[in-house]
Amino acid sequence: MPADFNWAIGGEAGDGIDSTGKVFAQALSRAGRHVFTSKDFASRIRGGYTAYKVRTSTEKVRSVVDRLDVLVALTPRTIEENLDELHEGSVIIYDGERTTMADVEIPEGMVGLDVPLKRLAEDAGGAVMRNVVALGAACEATSFDIEHLDSSLKKHFGDKGQSIVDNNKQAARLGQEHVRDNYPDADLDYDLDTTDNDYILLNGDEAIGMGAIAAGCKYYAGYPITPATDVMTYLKGRIEHFGGHVVQAEDELAAINLALGAARAGARSMTATSGPGIDLMAETFGLVATSETPLVVVDVMRSGPSTGMPTKQEQGDLNMMLYGGHGEIPRFVLAPTTVNECFWKTVEAFNLAEKYQTPVYLAADLAMAVTEQTFEPDAFDMDAVEIDRGKVVDEESIADHQTESGGFKPHEITEDGVSPRAIPGTEGGAHMSTGLEHDEQGRRTEDTEMRVEQVDKRNRKIETAREREDLSPREFGDPDSDNLVVTWGSNEGTLVEALEFLEEADIDVRILSVPYLFPRPDLTEEFEAADEVVVVECNATGQFADVVEHDTLQRVKRVNKYNGVQFKADELAEDIKETLAASQEVEA
Amino acid sequence: MSSQVRFTDFKSDKQPTWCPGCGDFGTMNGMMKALAETGNDPDNTFVVAGIGCSGKIGTYMHSYAIHGVHGRALPVGAGVKMANPDLEVMVAGGDGDGYSIGAGHFVHAVRRNVDMSYIVMDNRIYGLTKGQASPTSREDFETSTTPDGPQQPPVNPLALALASGATFIAQSFSSDALRHQEIVQQAIEHDGFGFVNVFSPCVTFNDVDTYDYFRDSLVDLAETDYDPTDRDAAKEKVLDADKEYMGVLYQDEDSQSYEQTHGLDSDMSEIDHEGAPEDATDLVREFY
Ligand SMILES: Cc1ncc(C[n+]2csc(CCOP(=O)(O)OP(=O)(O)O)c2C)c(N)n1
Ligand code: SF4
Repeated sequence: MPADFNWAIGGEAGDGIDSTGKVFAQALSRAGRHVFTSKDFASRIRGGYTAYKVRTSTEKVRSVVDRLDVLVALTPRTIEENLDELHEGSVIIYDGERTTMADVEIPEGMVGLDVPLKRLAEDAGGAVMRNVVALGAACEATSFDIEHLDSSLKKHFGDKGQSIVDNNKQAARLGQEHVRDNYPDADLDYDLDTTDNDYILLNGDEAIGMGAIAAGCKYYAGYPITPATDVMTYLKGRIEHFGGHVVQAEDELAAINLALGAARAGARSMTATSGPGIDLMAETFGLVATSETPLVVVDVMRSGPSTGMPTKQEQGDLNMMLYGGHGEIPRFVLAPTTVNECFWKTVEAFNLAEKYQTPVYLAADLAMAVTEQTFEPDAFDMDAVEIDRGKVVDEESIADHQTESGGFKPHEITEDGVSPRAIPGTEGGAHMSTGLEHDEQGRRTEDTEMRVEQVDKRNRKIETAREREDLSPREFGDPDSDNLVVTWGSNEGTLVEALEFLEEADIDVRILSVPYLFPRPDLTEEFEAADEVVVVECNATGQFADVVEHDTLQRVKRVNKYNGVQFKADELAEDIKETLAASQEVEA
Repeated sequence: MSSQVRFTDFKSDKQPTWCPGCGDFGTMNGMMKALAETGNDPDNTFVVAGIGCSGKIGTYMHSYAIHGVHGRALPVGAGVKMANPDLEVMVAGGDGDGYSIGAGHFVHAVRRNVDMSYIVMDNRIYGLTKGQASPTSREDFETSTTPDGPQQPPVNPLALALASGATFIAQSFSSDALRHQEIVQQAIEHDGFGFVNVFSPCVTFNDVDTYDYFRDSLVDLAETDYDPTDRDAAKEKVLDADKEYMGVLYQDEDSQSYEQTHGLDSDMSEIDHEGAPEDATDLVREFY
């Protein structure tokens, strides 16, 4: 394990936990440290426990761990909630003058730093800055150069004017000095080394929005829902600069239909939602496929069914994305694995949608959408973005796709399953698109032969994609291991970190992370070569395990988590170890 | 091209399968004539159709078109128009499609005021599903699913539109060809959401709201001294339960379309870069 450091701030929703955490995370990133953040939040605006956790290292960090080195506790509950993660020597920063915190007992072996957060904040110009006082105290406790914090404060409060920035800097100084003056002997031996690297810090929703703009998306329609709303928030105010537009629809039915309309007009178009919204969009999703409209639909999954646990992690919508909608719908389902992949898979989603004239699901999840991760900026290299608009016809080429009487054939039967596309305004291209079964011209038909030809044509796109696209999984771990661990979505990073814990236990594994869920790679050979196959996912029934069992006709072992919290590296390693051990016992 | 466009250019080569005598024939003819008359041609026109007998209209017309899912035609039309304001967008559907399953979208389409026209073929019945009560059916109108009548008051689409902030509200009658065409033309020319409720009789399932009924009861506002820009007068008219009106009931002459207020004037189908747009690297810089 790289020497990493874990910090958290916890309190009640409404205490400014998020923004404080973000300021600290940004300061670390600006100091050239890698950061991985996670959030504990409840589905309420005020009150209720909430925390923002920052894991940081000079090396890449990919997941959360069960460990806390410094905790800023704004409420007694913050200590209770995190007791398991605190350890001998952990530092707890709290405000003993706050009535609710007056009688807290710092657990045996830990270091309590009683800092009058509110009073010092008032000295600096206002009680609202009490969290910033705590950040100053944290800097002192970790020997972290407070100037990095200054720079982050400037970024966050710069818009509000220099005096606000100065007050915040002052608040941080007061926190720092208080610890220096009052705890000169406390043995706080955390040192946060800095490096010369310049990282960027962003979350999955933001990366999806950025990917959309990079891909030339011009139209976004959505309806607010946790944890997908940030995609809309990101795009609003940015996409306009690139000639695009964001609409807040009246509901998800309108959102997907607005997006469909814009896509029919020829714009690269997208909507994003979470499970309940996906349910509502299902009927139109079928229309999108039948009318052969390119459209990107993002599902940032959260715990279901129904309203489930809106602020908690789950990968429970896979079946809905693979099979949802009546009838049989050719589609793509892509699963990004990291914040960076959220960007690239979004770009790819637009290309696939236009190349194959079909809807594309982007299967993101809460754990990736709301966590921030640091990257080298060139991980988002705009020069590497390519746009492929597929078979768009113009006024000249249209003649090759017309009937003798001049009717355009938007659903022409082709070998690769993809037909020519005429964007409205193209002369000679006027045509009807419909959810009804249709002939090559888009005219309704119940002709049995044409029905079969059209169904086959649409499905052929998937076969073509299997041939033309590189659907390979990403590989990690020991390529020669007999133990194969397969996963999808945000678990990838956790699994990669779990490798070290597995190594410690003398277990080698080969990891396959599958970013194409439909069409997906054929894993039969890999499965046959392995003694054990374990599928890791955040749902109760093992939806992906089911599909790969079906694909490969082989039984797999399952490691599932569905309590609402994403996997942690050490815990996941333990689960895999037990699963492998259990199967060996059975065989023995 | 537009100078030579005749309304028959908007006809597709599919023969309508509507029952002989169905009001939708006249409604459609008027729409095609109005489109041609206002200088549009099939290649710059986008028709969005709902589901129902009325929704089949997209199939019988020739233009860029989509026949969507039940009740969702309005958001599709708005999406098309926002993405390319150069297109002439016309949305058409039935009273069931628009005021029942699609009622929510109706209210919001009115509020949004996208520059398109919305033609509702109101036959006060569900035609395609063979004669059930629609939201505009009379309280005592007996149907297979409501043998004693719906026993609830009908939706008042005109009042609903006015209450939602409509900038253009009109009512027409499919068999009064000239007036119908004129009214649709006014809706097209209106800068904003041009809503026209068209009485388009169903000769198969509705023997109450017939051609004769409308012919006898309709009052043409053009033949009175009615001022459609007077919102208070419009309030009175749309709430008048004793009469059926034809003509423009309300028009806000200062109406500004959604595209105007949101500065939408470009064709979003165009992407002039092979990779990410220029300036896109600034997006990354933001996260330092
Ligand atoms: C989601 C959904 N529910 C139900 C239907 C069945 N359906 C088709 S048309 C229709 C009613 C149409 O009535 P209206 O809009 O008044 O049109 P009309 O046929 O009278 O012109 C219904 C309920 C459907 N197509 N989709
Ligand atoms: S059922 Fe009624 S609405 Fe449908 S086509 Fe026949 S007459 Fe027209």
